Formats: sequence, structure tokens, C-alpha cells
Amino acid sequence: MSGLLDLVKPRRSLSRRKRADRLFAACGAGAVFLVVLWIGFLFASLLVRALPAMTAYEIALTVQLEPEQIPPDNPRRGNWRGVLAQAVADLLNAEAQTLDAELIPSERVAAKLLLSKGAAAELRSLVIKNPSWLGKTGTESARTVFLPVSDSLDQYAKGLLVPSTQDGALVSPKTAELFDQLRQAGVVQRKFAWRFFVRADSRFPALAGIAGAVKGSLLAIMVCLFLSFPVGVAAAVWFEDFAPEGRRTDLFRINVYNLAAVPSIIFGLLGLAVFLNFFSMPRGAPLVGGMVLALMTLPTVIVVSASALRAVPSNLREAALALGASRQEAILHHVLPYALPGILTGTIIGLARAFGETAPLLLIGMTAFLTSVPEGISSPATALPAQIFLWADQPERGFAARASAAIVALLIVLTLVNLAAILLREKMEKGRSR
Amino acid sequence: MGFAFLLPWLVAACGWMACRWSPVAWLSPVAGEGQHAQGTAAQLARLVFLTSLLGGLLVLLLWLLLEPPVIAQRSTQALLASEAQSASSRQERVALDLLRTKAQNLAAGDRPTESLKVEALKDESDSVASVARAALVLRQATEREAWLLPVLVVLGGLLGLLAGSQAPRRGLHPRKLAERIIAVLLLLSAATALAVTVGILLSLIFESWRFFRLVPLSEFLFGLRWEPQIALRADQVAGLGAFGAVPVLLGTAVISLVALLVAAPLGILSAVWLVEYASPRTRSICKPVLEILAGIPTVVYGFFAVVALAPAFREGGAWLGFTLAPNSALVAGFVMGVMILPFISSLTDDALYAVPQSLREGAFALGATSFEVASRVVLPTAAPGIVSAFLLAISRALGETMIVLMAAGLLAKMTINPLDSVTTVTVQIVTLLTGDTEFDNPKTLSAFALGLLLLVITLFLNWLALRVSRRWHKEWSA
Repeated sequence: MSGLLDLVKPRRSLSRRKRADRLFAACGAGAVFLVVLWIGFLFASLLVRALPAMTAYEIALTVQLEPEQIPPDNPRRGNWRGVLAQAVADLLNAEAQTLDAELIPSERVAAKLLLSKGAAAELRSLVIKNPSWLGKTGTESARTVFLPVSDSLDQYAKGLLVPSTQDGALVSPKTAELFDQLRQAGVVQRKFAWRFFVRADSRFPALAGIAGAVKGSLLAIMVCLFLSFPVGVAAAVWFEDFAPEGRRTDLFRINVYNLAAVPSIIFGLLGLAVFLNFFSMPRGAPLVGGMVLALMTLPTVIVVSASALRAVPSNLREAALALGASRQEAILHHVLPYALPGILTGTIIGLARAFGETAPLLLIGMTAFLTSVPEGISSPATALPAQIFLWADQPERGFAARASAAIVALLIVLTLVNLAAILLREKMEKGRSR
Repeated sequence: MGFAFLLPWLVAACGWMACRWSPVAWLSPVAGEGQHAQGTAAQLARLVFLTSLLGGLLVLLLWLLLEPPVIAQRSTQALLASEAQSASSRQERVALDLLRTKAQNLAAGDRPTESLKVEALKDESDSVASVARAALVLRQATEREAWLLPVLVVLGGLLGLLAGSQAPRRGLHPRKLAERIIAVLLLLSAATALAVTVGILLSLIFESWRFFRLVPLSEFLFGLRWEPQIALRADQVAGLGAFGAVPVLLGTAVISLVALLVAAPLGILSAVWLVEYASPRTRSICKPVLEILAGIPTVVYGFFAVVALAPAFREGGAWLGFTLAPNSALVAGFVMGVMILPFISSLTDDALYAVPQSLREGAFALGATSFEVASRVVLPTAAPGIVSAFLLAISRALGETMIVLMAAGLLAKMTINPLDSVTTVTVQIVTLLTGDTEFDNPKTLSAFALGLLLLVITLFLNWLALRVSRRWHKEWSA
């Protein structure tokens, strides 16, 4: 406080003091502005990076599903690459007038140049879903399908890749020119990337989607909710209303606060050592992921619920007791419902944090490469944030856009969830004040 | 499986309705004898709901805990039987893991069970048949679970129902019994939190103890080299100085320091401005915006650091004449600083708010400007609170994983140069434990030792923060 005495002696002129004040105010406002700017930069940059993943260039191919190529009784064993190579060659022949003759590649490499590496698998799964296409001959066996173009051509068309003649270049100027002419002919079209929303992971960016990861995340969060909510609220009720006063209860309470400060990765270590190695639970299952997340969310739920219970006016409890309710009836029938909006809001915010959590999931193996959507809580799965992490690590350029798009999806979900929490609280509080 | 979770509730609801709608059938035997342990039909219904629910959930819990180890053991046996060997050596165990994954994929795939059976019966001694057998075990387990689990759960529920409905006959008041059960459940829930702590401590300490039998504690705490991969690859005996945690801790400290240098000025300035200068309207807009940062998952920060910031920093560094290592500590620390910024600013905000208004008014009355009030009165008064905010923020930064995993390096170096690439405790934990999870070598076990170290440091910082702020509260509430 000795600084106060300096104020009394006017050592510095008033204008200088005022200038310092204005300077400081400018610095503070600048700091806040910088943070807001940063947030804007973050979101804008993510959105810009995510946009390319929203569309995909697809090529309209007429494939001949002849029985000698694709046996109708076992379509998995079909010569899918041959079918595609033939279809691409046919297409280039049909468009020969509109294309420069020198651009047309040899039949052997045409399909490889133009189509995504996953096109054969894509066609196969499409046909297996429509068995009626098979077993026909001649022109009846022809089907027109849209298949994704190769990853590098897709990047080129979106302006993310410049063709070059160097060795090892992803796109040569010749291929790029051919692609442009095919686009003008209307054979290659830009389409909405629906696969991104309905597919699981894939080795090929054009075929990779977030559906598998989203389902894995939802299953894990469901398990987390069903474990952490009842246990957390019950624990909070015990702390607030049934715990005997004394050292032991204090120990319980300190323990909860400390648990809230434990880094999330430690919970991953716990899950690995106890759930996976001791109880041999399935590796990478949403069940285990949800349990680990539940342990992580538990302290948050307890602390939030306890403070919501503490905020309930005591006359509510006293009135119930005076009318002859038992202690439990007073709390479970009257105090708890009154505190519920606060408890729910806190729980939702805790769950939102668990939804975005990645580190513990890495340790219990929810990062497997899975090309199908997980079936249930005990089958291997991955979670949305873990999927982002996996895609960010991939060298193919297409995956960076997918990761950005997955991040945007994650942020949208989190925003909606947090908004729901706020609306819920306001609605319930409004209903109460009436 | 999902259906099984609903079953206990269904059974319990049925029990509740049975008691509600035909109370006479349940209560009359007692009523006739004129005992007191009667209660109303509603109370009995509630008790029965509770007991049957508990019965069903208990069965479910036991199944979840006990079934996976049994199945895992049986499938392992199926895998081993054909090879007539035990997985004793390390290579064999790795091979077994590979086969197990194959069997799991086979069981989860869409091959029909019949074709699996045919393959399993082929008495080849190679691994294909044994994998098929193991897959068959897994497949059969799934099929059995589909009917056995619901039946067991319903049985458990019915048993609970019966037990609950017998309470009045045994002279137990339904409401009192239900309340006693609920009280026990509440206590158990509260004990869960304690159990989690005990679980964390026990698992960390146990695995660390196994690690310290291989590598002496002094090596771990004071060793200057951290090369866990090399120790494994050359099949060396551990304890050659490859497990010194000092460089890892140093890297963690460097990144946290950079983070603090970014977050501290910005956090304090913005908090002071929002509390002392901004109008309530500006404040009500700016605070939620700051809180947005706190809600962003850290994997997003990590991704952003890698794709947007690292190239920008590298170019900026080159322009200024520095060469930034790839995965430099500067980028990771900067993004980490942004992550802890809302944490610091909101805790500082609280500390500034807790400064009594009379102090401000006194200073203003002496003719001080807002800056003088803030810098000479409010900030010194709130200093302990701000220090405790810093401590909490550091402990958060130490435990943060995703940002550093994506933006920082993997190699531990003895350097404090933020332009260089360093590694952190959390990065090491994740990289040591992904892939190979056999807990038999110092490589995987060292992750638990690092985890224990991290936990101890974090809890110490939190304890310190609590002490600092509590002392301060005592001073100002008196």
C-alpha cells in the first residue's frame, strides 16, 4: 500500500498520469481485441480449409457388368478393375471428338490416372447393394454410375494442386488438360460430398467419412451419460444432505476436487491398466471409452450438482419436513427436482467436454482404422476427435480437408449442445419465477 | 446388447405396476395378521421397483465385468491349442496378438458361421485353422450373449422383485427398507469418486513399481538421457541411462513457459480491462467470446497448430533470420498459451472481482486515475489470486496432451531453446503406449512412471494454488 502515498505527492503531472491511463486502457482493449481476432482467424481458417471436403468431383461411367467379369453368385471375386478399365476406355472413345487426341492416355493407365484408387471397392459395394444389376448380358448389363476421380485430380480441380512436369508430380499438365476437357464435356461433375456424412474411415480420402466416428462418439457419450449422471448426482446428494460432518467427509470432498484437476491422460492410463489389462474388456470399444470418459466427467457432475443443491432455498426442505416427509422424501421429491436445471446444465457442459476429449481414448485404442460403422458399444470404434487426430496425421492432402470438415462438424455439435444447455437453464428458470 | 440395458427398467416397471394395480394380492397376507410393517401400496411398489431394478442391473454389471476375461481366455486357448505352445517369449506374444486381431476381424466380418466351422475343422497345424477356431469361439460368444444375457437379466430382476415384495411379510416397512437401500446407494456413489482416486493411484504406483525394479528411481529422476525406443530395439537390459526423465521434464517446462508467456500478459490485461474499464455491455459481449476458447477441444488447437501456425511461424522465423525446427516448442507453446488463456483470464477476473470495492473507492477519492487504481491497488491486492490462477493454468498446461502430441516433437533433448523441437511427458506417455501394450518391458512401464510423476506435479501445483488463494481469502474476509 506504500504506493498510495506516492499519489498524494503530485510528482508526476496530471497529463502524464492521464496519458498512462489512456495507454493502459488501449493495451487492455487491444488484448481483448487480439483474442477476438484470434478466434475469428481460427474459425475462418478452419472453415476455408473444410470447404473443399464438402464437394467431390465424380466421373459418370457406364460399366458393363457382364457375368464373365462379375460372377453373379459371388460378386466379391469379380474383376472389378478390369470392368473399370474397360469403362474408362469406352468413355474416352465415346468422347474422342471433344478431346485432343494427343491427350488421351493408353487404355492401360487411363483408369489409374482418372479414377480414385478406391473406385473399384466403391463400385463393388454399390453393386453388392443392388444385386438385380447382375446376371444380365449385352446392353442390359450396362449401368451408369458416378465414381470419384483420383485424389490428386480432385485437389487440382479445387485449385489446391498445381500440375507440373517434374518427376514425382501428382498431376501432369497433360492429365490436367484432359481432365478439364472432360469437365467441359460434362462427363466429370462437381457434386455434394454425401459420402463424407454416411461413411466410415477409408484409405482413400474421397471415400472417407465421419459417420463411423460420429456413431462411436455418440455411443461412448451415451455410456458416459448413463454412468456419470446417476452416480454423480447421487454422490452430490450424499455430500450435501447425508454426509456426516467430520474429517472423513472432508477427505471425500477434497478427493473430488483433486480428481477434477487430474489430467485427462491419467484417466487413459487408468482405463488401460484396469479396464483393458485387468478386466480384459474389448480394446477400442465405446463401452470402455465411455467408462473412462465417465470417470473423467464424474467430478464435474458432482461439483456442479452439489452447488445446484446448495442453491435450493432451505424453506423448501423445511416445508416438506414440516408436512411429515422423511428426510429422503424431502430431498428426493422436492429439493432434487428444484435443483435439476442447474444439475442438467452442468452435466451437459461436462458431457460436451467429454465429447471433445481425445487423449484418454488414444490410450484405450479408440484410434483403430475401421472402414465400417461400429455396430454396438462393445465392437471396436473410433471417436470423432480421434478421427480428426488420425486424419491430421495422414500424408495425403485430401485428408487435411476432411479433418477440417470433421472439426467444423465437431464444433457445430458442441455449439448446439452448449446452446441447448443455456436454453434449458433459461427456460427452467423462467418457469420457476412465475 | 443395447436392449439388455433397457431390460432391468422394464422388469422393474412391471413389478411396480403389479404392486400398484393389485395391492391386495401382495399386502393381504400381512394385513390379515394385523402386523404393523405394512406401508401403503405405493410405498411397496416403489420398493419393488427399486429391488428388481437393482437385481437386473447387478446381473448386467457382473456380466460386463466377468464375461470379457472368460471369452478372451477361451479364444486364446483356441489359438494356442493348435500351435501347442505357450506364449512365453516376447515374439510369440506379439504373434499371438496379431492372430487375436485376425480372429476378431474374422468374427466381426460377414463370413457365415458354417464356413468358419468348416475351416476350423480342417486339422491344419498352421494358424489359419486356429484363427478360425478362435473366431468361432468369439462368434458363439456373441450369439450366446444375444439370448443368455437378457434371460439372466430378467431372472435377476424377478429375483429382486420377489425379494422386495416379501418385505412386508418379514416385518419390514417398505418405505424404511427402500430408504435404507437408497442411503446405501448414495454412499456407494460418493465412494465411487474415492474408488477412482484409489484406482488411479494403485494402478500408477503398481506399474511404476514394476518399472523401478528394472530401472532405478535415481536413474529415472536424474538421468539426462531419454531414449526408450533404443533400449527395446537392441534388446538391451534397461538401466543404461536411457530412462532419464530430465530432458522430458525440461521439454515440458519449456513449452509450458512459452505458453505462460503468451497467456499471462494477454490474460491479465484482458481481465483487468474487462473488470476495471469496460462498460457492462462490452463486458457481457466479450466474456462469452473468451469462454468460447475454453470450449474448443484441444485436438482442434493441435490441428490448427500443425496446418496453419507452424508454416506461418517457420516463414516468419526465416524472414527474421531464425531457423525454426519442425515441431518447434514455440508453436506448441503458443497454441498452448491460447488454450490456457481463457482459464487465466476468468480466474483473474474472479480474483479482481473479489477485491473489496471500498479499496477502489478510497483510491479514487485520493484522485487516482483508473490505471493507478488498477496497478497499485487492485492488482497487488488480487496478486495471490492471480498467482493461484497461474499455478492452475500451468498444471493444466502440463497435463495437456493433444496439442503437444500433434505440434511438438518426439525426441527428448536437453535444450531450453524454444526454437528447437522438444517433447513432453504426455507425448511420451501416448507414444510409449500406442501399439504395443504388453506390460513386461521398461518401455511401456515407463509411461506409468511418467504418469505418476505428472500426477504428483499436478496435484502439488493444485495444492499450492489452493493454499495461496485460501490464505488470501482469510486475509480479506477478516
